[in-house]
Amino acid sequence: MNSPILKISGLTMDFGGIRALNRLELDVNAGEIVALIGPNGAGKTTFFNCLTGIYKPTAGEIMLTPPGSSKSISLKGLKPNHVTEKGLARTFQNIRLFSQMTVLENVMIGRHCRTKAFILGAIFRNAATRKEEKQIVESSAAILEKVGLADQANEFAKNLSYGAQRRLEIARALATEPFLLLLDEPAAGMNPQETHELDRLIREISKDGQSILLIEHDMKLVMSLSDRIFVMDYGKKIAQGKPSEIRANPAVIKAYLGEDVDA
Amino acid sequence: MSGLKVIKKALLTSLWFVFLTFPIMVIKVDPVERIIRWRWQNSLYVALGTFCVYLLAQFILQRKIKKLESQTEQDSLPKESVIHRILANPKQRNLLIVALSAVILAFPLFSSSYQTNVMITALMYVVLGLGLNIVVGMAGLLDLGYVAFYAVGAYSYALLNHHFQLGFWAVLPIGGGLAALFGILLGFPVLRLRGDYLAIVTLGFGEIIRLILENWSEFSKGPSGISNISRPGLFGIELSLDSAIIYLYYLMILFVIVTIFIVNRLQDSRLGRAWIALREDEIACQAMGIDKRKTKLVAFSLGAFWAGIIGVVFAAKTTFVNPASFTFLESAIILSIVVLGGMGSIVGVIFGAMILILLPEYLRALSEYRMLAFGAILVAMMVFRPQGLISNIRRTYRFEKTHSLNVK
Amino acid sequence: MDYFIELFFSGITRGAIYALIALGYTMVYGIIGLINFAHGEIYMIGAFTSFIVATVLSIYGFPLLAIVLLSGVAAVIWSSAYGYTVEKIAYKPLRHAPRLSPLISAIGMSIFLQNYVLLAQTSDFLPFPELIPDFPFMEPVAHIVGSSDLIILITTAIIMLILTFIIKFTRVGKAMRATAQDRTMAMLVGINVNQIISVTFIIGSALAAIGGLLIASHIGQINFYIGFLAGIKAFTAAVLGGIGSIPGAVLGSLVLGLTESFATGYVSSDYEDVFAFSLLVLILIFKPSGLLGKAETKKV
Ligand SMILES: Nc1ncnc2c1ncn2[C@@H]1O[C@H](COP(=O)(O)OP(=O)(O)OP(=O)(O)O)[C@@H](O)[C@H]1O
Ligand SMILES: [Mg+2]
Repeated sequence: MNSPILKISGLTMDFGGIRALNRLELDVNAGEIVALIGPNGAGKTTFFNCLTGIYKPTAGEIMLTPPGSSKSISLKGLKPNHVTEKGLARTFQNIRLFSQMTVLENVMIGRHCRTKAFILGAIFRNAATRKEEKQIVESSAAILEKVGLADQANEFAKNLSYGAQRRLEIARALATEPFLLLLDEPAAGMNPQETHELDRLIREISKDGQSILLIEHDMKLVMSLSDRIFVMDYGKKIAQGKPSEIRANPAVIKAYLGEDVDA
Repeated sequence: MSGLKVIKKALLTSLWFVFLTFPIMVIKVDPVERIIRWRWQNSLYVALGTFCVYLLAQFILQRKIKKLESQTEQDSLPKESVIHRILANPKQRNLLIVALSAVILAFPLFSSSYQTNVMITALMYVVLGLGLNIVVGMAGLLDLGYVAFYAVGAYSYALLNHHFQLGFWAVLPIGGGLAALFGILLGFPVLRLRGDYLAIVTLGFGEIIRLILENWSEFSKGPSGISNISRPGLFGIELSLDSAIIYLYYLMILFVIVTIFIVNRLQDSRLGRAWIALREDEIACQAMGIDKRKTKLVAFSLGAFWAGIIGVVFAAKTTFVNPASFTFLESAIILSIVVLGGMGSIVGVIFGAMILILLPEYLRALSEYRMLAFGAILVAMMVFRPQGLISNIRRTYRFEKTHSLNVK
Repeated sequence: MDYFIELFFSGITRGAIYALIALGYTMVYGIIGLINFAHGEIYMIGAFTSFIVATVLSIYGFPLLAIVLLSGVAAVIWSSAYGYTVEKIAYKPLRHAPRLSPLISAIGMSIFLQNYVLLAQTSDFLPFPELIPDFPFMEPVAHIVGSSDLIILITTAIIMLILTFIIKFTRVGKAMRATAQDRTMAMLVGINVNQIISVTFIIGSALAAIGGLLIASHIGQINFYIGFLAGIKAFTAAVLGGIGSIPGAVLGSLVLGLTESFATGYVSSDYEDVFAFSLLVLILIFKPSGLLGKAETKKV
């Protein structure tokens, strides 16, 4: 179970003069929940963007080994949609739902890369297309139930509450059938009750066998969920280890955690 | 705002517009005869017009603000328009369809050929609007050179008919196909551009096509165009002018129905959802595994396909084509139809085409102001009602709650 | 060789006029990120206003210098007023709308203004009065460089200097640069952003008006449609130089002017406008950031 499915080495990203990522090293094992923390502007979101093909990293390597396969593939230079096809899916820190579409349709979009119907299928609606369409609706609905949004399936996404929008982002990502789920501050703006539900949801997803890489500022959530934690500052990794080790790491406390850790 | 204050602002605005329009509206010079005409009455019209329009705009804005304020959190899907409500009720819908079909089918019987011809034009714009609606309304790609694909279709038929005597039905798929091919060729390099740059590049492309048609005389006969193009044949029978018009009318009805059917199905498909998602947020869309390039390209070339088809119809209807029919303004008219009707809304586009094409025809006094009105409509719609007259509604899906279902 | 020099000067003159229009595009784009499609029409209205005023004054028998000055001032005043009003009506309400909404509104405005002038004036070409006389001292080189070329170049150069001064050293100029860089931040430090946007439209329109006056007297005729082509070409120039960049707009205009001049001189004059459009399409495809613009990664 302990083979790395994602291995990052020497990942560097420059924006003009700013080095947002500086030879970052990181790995995720199958079935793990790994957290990535660091102060604001440390480069966490930039890391996700490089990983998912939205930014083109300046240097470094991103290797993915799908579970059950022995071959590694490089994600570097792939387009975002190809990365998603390979089994990586993400949420966005600044929620990016399709606001003019319904909740269910948002999830159905996630099914896009796992389905096939095209122009002719759409026009003639042959048996295969109808079957596929039915499956898209059913599996999307099932995912909505899992994240607790089934009752709002036909609402516009923009009319959901903040916490519900974050859960919809997760649902949409899950619909692409990822084996590694990237969550960018899923608890941001949530009240304690919602955060608690989120904690449960993430555990449930993890139990289904998905690996999770999580960016989060809520230390309670991070400490309770993660198997391992990576800490970065100024684009560099400054520490890694089990929650208990990170809690005690003086460099981390100095850079970032402060008293938060006891909370 | 209090009533008095509004009136005062309306008066000031009127004064401003009187000043603004002074040289162009009031003075008219004849530089050759050296005569000046002072048209002071125009200042009065401007003042009155501005005053009324200002009050109206304020009224609309106030209502909009009030509506926003009174809207509760629980505002779910937007209120459906009357049309959608009628369409949703099967009994009313069938009644409407029967009534409409009767009027549509009987139209040429109680109208002059002139009126039938006008109706054919309107129907052509319905299809053009529906085609552009795929590109602009659904996929969110502002295509300002749509007329180029229309020209490709029209010239395909004109040239193939002129040189090889190919008939309407043979060229119809060729015209559509060539236009779609042009769409792909152009789309390939330009579709990665940002929205506003895409708009300008397509505009440039449209103008290039027109200028080439104008200047490359050996190919296109230049500005004088190609005439004596055959009308559509009916199983090889030569039709008289009047019956040819009636034939074309029913043909267009058929095209409209087929187009509505196809566009409707596309909208409700995996592809259609991808277009709308793309319009909403490109980055999120790609992160969800949608191939941005391919999805845009399909929308672009499908839109072009319809323009090509109607281009062939246009050449067959007028039996004459020249580059002057394919200016940027033509693209702007089709865009106005889509914007007025409501981007992404099929019913809206049909209404948009009917209003914009038929109204100036029947209100002759208005036809002079047609383009002025089109410009004003684009601005006013964006400012007051960006969703169009008939906003699109999202489909709702029904599914069984199973609680036991799991992912996958 | 004479032919080459003639083409060169005619290219520079063209470029100078494109620059006057292109600056309006680039400044507005820099500040609100909008392709102000109606900008070409503002230039056309400048040309029409100066035409009307100059003709009226010449009928009343004013001296040439007074005609030039007064028609120039009138063109600047009314073009600016139109630019200001267009922004208030068609763009300001759409500040927070999706990106394509203001562009569609701008296209509508452009069509509206064209047809407004068409209906209020005429669709015919109108002969523009000759405002720039042939200077005697230009006699020896007149077959290569005309007097109006000289005036256009000098006027444009002076205007560029004034503009540079305004943007670099005045309060308004600094506020404009701040707003262009980060509108929210500018607002936070107390800049009246709406006012700065208005000022930008006014300056851009004034430059276009001068361009309209110069080109109309250079070519000798105008009609309601001249703004469309000039607008597209000036926009091409702005993109070529790197939209948002002021030196870029000038450089791009000169390059476009020279390209057009040489291409029509040595290749074919039939395709004059095709060159500009093709250049536009090619730049946008291969180097959308232009000659002096910077490529940026959009922040996600
Ligand atoms: N597209 C971009 N262009 C220029 N600079 C960028 C871009 N994207 C990110 N940056 C810079 O990179 C640095 C890292 O930003 P990033 O958003 O990755 O931080 P973060 O760790 O996610 O912070 P937060 O916790 O606030 O979300 C910042 O200095 C940011 O300004
Ligand atoms: Mg972040």
